[in-house]
Amino acid sequence: MSRASVPPAPYVSRADLGGQRGHGRVVGAEGPEHEGDLWHAPWEPKALALTLAMGATGSWNLDMSRAARETLPGYARLSYYEIWVHALERLLAERGLVNARELREGCVRQPPRPVARVPQAADVAAALARGSPTGRPAEAPPRFAVGDVVRTYAGEVPHHTRLPRYARGRRGVVVAHHGAHVFADAHASGRGEMPRHLYTVRFEGRELWPEAADASEASRMSVGIDAWEPYLEPASALDREARREPSRAGGPD
Amino acid sequence: MDLRVRALETVLSRKGYIDPAALDTLIDTYQTRIGPRNGARVVAKAWVDPAFKAWLLKDGTAAIASLGYSGRQGEHMVVLENTEAVHHLVVCTLCSCYPWPVLGLPPTWYKSAPYRSRAVREPRSVLAEFGLHLPDSTEVRVWDSTAEVRYLVLPRRPAGSEGLGEEALAALVTRDSMIGVGEARAPSAEGQGPLSAQASAASAPASAAPSSTSSR
Repeated sequence: MSRASVPPAPYVSRADLGGQRGHGRVVGAEGPEHEGDLWHAPWEPKALALTLAMGATGSWNLDMSRAARETLPGYARLSYYEIWVHALERLLAERGLVNARELREGCVRQPPRPVARVPQAADVAAALARGSPTGRPAEAPPRFAVGDVVRTYAGEVPHHTRLPRYARGRRGVVVAHHGAHVFADAHASGRGEMPRHLYTVRFEGRELWPEAADASEASRMSVGIDAWEPYLEPASALDREARREPSRAGGPD
Repeated sequence: MDLRVRALETVLSRKGYIDPAALDTLIDTYQTRIGPRNGARVVAKAWVDPAFKAWLLKDGTAAIASLGYSGRQGEHMVVLENTEAVHHLVVCTLCSCYPWPVLGLPPTWYKSAPYRSRAVREPRSVLAEFGLHLPDSTEVRVWDSTAEVRYLVLPRRPAGSEGLGEEALAALVTRDSMIGVGEARAPSAEGQGPLSAQASAASAPASAAPSSTSSR
């Protein structure tokens, strides 16, 4: 029995929304909410705090949390903090920390399992101020430099990834190199940190949205993403292949 | 959901996985200590201190940390300067990544499907919904927070703010202007924007008083 978070195959992220049509207006008639409007239901602050506190026990990492959230079947109909609560329950159950009956009844039915740490109130400020930096020593020299023209991986990815669909198989320019960072794709599936070089890659609007009805809008914009090295190939090499054909099977790692 | 979250809290604390007092501290922190006023102070300092601004644009993480803001969801900060020629806009299409130490928790619209789907495809239309109509000559650069880098927009300093101190300038810096969906408020428009709920609540009785006087 693996305790790692391995959602059933095929892996489907329901959170990859960039470029989707039909979601309507961003700002309602009442305008954007005021800065002080943090909560929209009385249980939301607890949902936030429980998620942060359990995350700090070291029972899973942030990328595993994201994977648990984005693969929830009800993702599209749940509110933001509902997604957090459902994913928290799922992570707890998968690791045997809490069982379904306990969640249903709010009573303890089986003894606790050990967790790495239980953060106390006095630790909160220091832990938040420290955060969890993801920069790591590089295991190899960077393959790309600022100014390089690259093309992103074009295929399906059968696991958690941070390469959005709208930016797959696209030609862009490296505009920043951030050193090596914990590789989310590996980290989310329990394969360790696997640090890889991280770049910011900028795509012209017309490259992303060639079919845009409002061509003038697409021509006066660009979009940048942060992309780990395994997502990228030199554009010159990839451009010899059929455009947007997967360059290899099994995902960008 | 209320009962469900209560059940969860009960089980987790009885099992000893969490310290209930830590939950209260976490909530209090994001309600009172970590929010967009932190980012506003960063922006105001950049407006008055050219050396700080240069540092902020070169090494956002270190410059922001020098003002005491660091950590969770702001471990790797990049600051983007808005100008007449280039307007930056920040989104997270895959979830809701947001620079917590300087902006606090994200507003609902930032986490919503409409914003996440449309910001990377039709940013000008999205900005127009926020009342921001950019001239054709301004290039829009959208930044999708797909890794652990977090972006803060340095809005343009409003005209007419010359001579104001950092505290007065910070009051002009809205949350939305630091995401890139708005601009900093002009000094004459003080009382609008993020503080308008408090401002209008405070001014309502005052404005009612003269009218009741005049009706007499």
